[in-house]
Amino acid sequence: MSFREKFEIPAKFKMWSMILMAVGLVSILAGYFIYGQGDEHANTRFWGVLLYNSVFFLLVVNASMFFICATALAMGGWQMSFRRVAEAISTAVIPIGIISGVILLSLVLGHQHHIYHWITPDPNDHILMGKIGFLNPTFFIVWTILTLAGWIFLGAKMRSISREPDNSGPMSPEEGKKYIFKNTIWGSLYLVWFGLTVASTVPWLWLMSIDAHWYSTMYSWYTFASTFVAGIALITLFVIYLKNKGYLELVNQEHLHDLGKFMFAFSIFWTYLWFSQFMLIWYANIPEETVYFKHRLQGPYRGIFFLNLIINFIAPLLVFMRRSSKRNYTLLVFMSVLIIFGHWIDFYQMVIASLSKEHVELGLFDFGVAAGFVGLIMWATGNALSKHSLINRNHPFLKESIIHHT
Amino acid sequence: MAKKKFVVGSFDDEKVLFPAVKKVRKAGYKIHDVYTPFPIHGLDQVMGLRDTSLHTAGFIYGITGTTTALTFMGWVFTKDWPLNIGGKPHFPLPAFIPITFELTVLFSAVGMVLTFCYLCQLAPFVKKHHFHARATDDLFVMVLECTSRTNEDEAKAFLESVGAKEINVQVAEDGWWLGRYAKEQKLYDTTTENSLA
Repeated sequence: MSFREKFEIPAKFKMWSMILMAVGLVSILAGYFIYGQGDEHANTRFWGVLLYNSVFFLLVVNASMFFICATALAMGGWQMSFRRVAEAISTAVIPIGIISGVILLSLVLGHQHHIYHWITPDPNDHILMGKIGFLNPTFFIVWTILTLAGWIFLGAKMRSISREPDNSGPMSPEEGKKYIFKNTIWGSLYLVWFGLTVASTVPWLWLMSIDAHWYSTMYSWYTFASTFVAGIALITLFVIYLKNKGYLELVNQEHLHDLGKFMFAFSIFWTYLWFSQFMLIWYANIPEETVYFKHRLQGPYRGIFFLNLIINFIAPLLVFMRRSSKRNYTLLVFMSVLIIFGHWIDFYQMVIASLSKEHVELGLFDFGVAAGFVGLIMWATGNALSKHSLINRNHPFLKESIIHHT
Repeated sequence: MAKKKFVVGSFDDEKVLFPAVKKVRKAGYKIHDVYTPFPIHGLDQVMGLRDTSLHTAGFIYGITGTTTALTFMGWVFTKDWPLNIGGKPHFPLPAFIPITFELTVLFSAVGMVLTFCYLCQLAPFVKKHHFHARATDDLFVMVLECTSRTNEDEAKAFLESVGAKEINVQVAEDGWWLGRYAKEQKLYDTTTENSLA
C-alpha cells in the first residue's frame, strides 16, 4: 500500500486562507478607525472583539496540543493515524499566541481600564484591593508571557519528538520503549503547564477579570471545556478535509467515530460545567453573584444566552447520540462547524456581555476578525502539514491505529 | 418449549473461526449462534447480525425518566402542594434539573440492564442449554440450527471441512426455561457425543 505522505497545499486552500486573513486584517483596521478612535464605548467594543476572538482561537488551537499530550499519556494508539493533523493545528499557537500576547499586553500597558478595571483600582474598593496580589499589571504581563512561551516551547518539543523517527527505520522494542517514555515525559510536562494555565489561572486573568468583582470557581474548567470541544471539532474538520483530498489513507470511520464521541462527550461536559456555574448562582441568589447573569438572562443577551445552550448542548446531544451520525462525514462536518460557531458565540457572550451590558452588538466587525483568525489557522496548519510526512510511520503504536475498531 | 436439532462444531482458534463462519453462511446453513470465551471484534459483522437496538430502548427509557421527573415535580409543586421556597417560582426548572438528570440515568440504566438480560435470556433461576461447557474456557463453539432441509451428516462433514475440531448433534431447547436441567443432560461431560439425543 502506498501512501501520499506529503500534503501539497491546493491553490484554492491557499487562496481562501489568504482571502480570510485579508478580511481579518481589513476588519481590524476598519474597526480601529471606526471604533478604536471613538468614545469609551466604541473603544471598548474594539478591544473587546479583539480580546475574545484572539483568546478563543488561541485556546482552540492550543487544545489540539492538549489532545496529543493527553492521548500520549493515556498510551493511546488510535489517534496515531491523524496525530500529525493535530500537531499541525497546534503550530498555529505560535502566530495566534503572538497576536493574543500583543493584544493582551496592549490592553494592560495601554491602561484599557474599561475592559480590565482592576488596572487602576480605587483604594476604597476593598474587593479589588483584596485581589491586588493576583490582579495587578506586573503579574498579568509576566504570567501571560510565561504562559505563551510555555505553550510554544513545549508544543514545539512535542512536535520535534514526533518527527524524530521519520528518517530512521522501524524501532526495536527497546528503542520504542525509550521513545514512548520520552514522549510521556514531555507530554506530562505540557499537561502540568496546561493545568496551571488553561485549567486555572489564564481564564481568570484574561477573561474573568473583566468582571473583576465577580468570581466563579467553575470558570476555568468551563473555558477549557468550551475550547476543547471546539478544538476536537477543528481536528475533525481538517481530518475530513484531508481525507476528501485523498490523504490520510489510514483514517477511516472508526477514528472519526471516536472523534464524534469526543465531541458528544465534551459537549455534555461543557453543559455540566455551564449548568453547575449557573445553578448555584441562581439558587443562592446573592446580588454580587447574580450580577453576572442579570443582563445575560434577563437583559438584551437573553437570545444569545439560550442560543448558546441550544447549539452547544441540545444539538450535539440529539445529533451525536446515534452511532450512524458519528460515522457520517457530512453530519460530522456540519456539527463541527456548528460547534465551533457555538463556542465562539459562547466566548462572545462571556466577554462582550460584561463590557456592553445595554446593547448587543454582533456585526461584521466580529465576523471579520473571526474570519481573519480562521484564515490564519488554515494558513499555519496547511504550511505545517506540507512540511512533514502526514504519518509517523515508525511510531510503535501505529499498528494499533490501523486495526482500530470501535 | 420447543426442542430443536442443532449441529455443534467447536473450534480452537479464532483465525479458523472467522473464515469458517463466512463459509458456513455462504453455504446457506443457518447459524443459531457462536459462543466464544471472550468478545471478538468483528464477529458480529461476519455473522451478519444487525446492530443491537438496545440503545434505542435506552433512549426511550431515558426520556421516560425525564418526563416522569419533570411532570411529577411539576405537579407536586404547582398543583398538589405549592410551597414558597426562598421566593423561587413554583416551577423552578434549574432546581429540577439535577433530579431530572438522575431519574433519566436511573430509568435508562435499569431499563437497559433488564432489556439486556431479556435479549440475552438471562435471569435468576432461569436455565439455558449449554452447547459446550468449554465455550466459557477455551473453545469457540459454532451452533447450526437444523431446518427441515438440512442434512445432518452433510452439515457435520461441512463443519469438519472448515476446520471444526469437535462436532456433534444435539437436540435441545433453543430458548430459556424456568426449572431444572434435564437429568440426562450431563453439562460438564464433554466426551460423550449425542448425550442429549
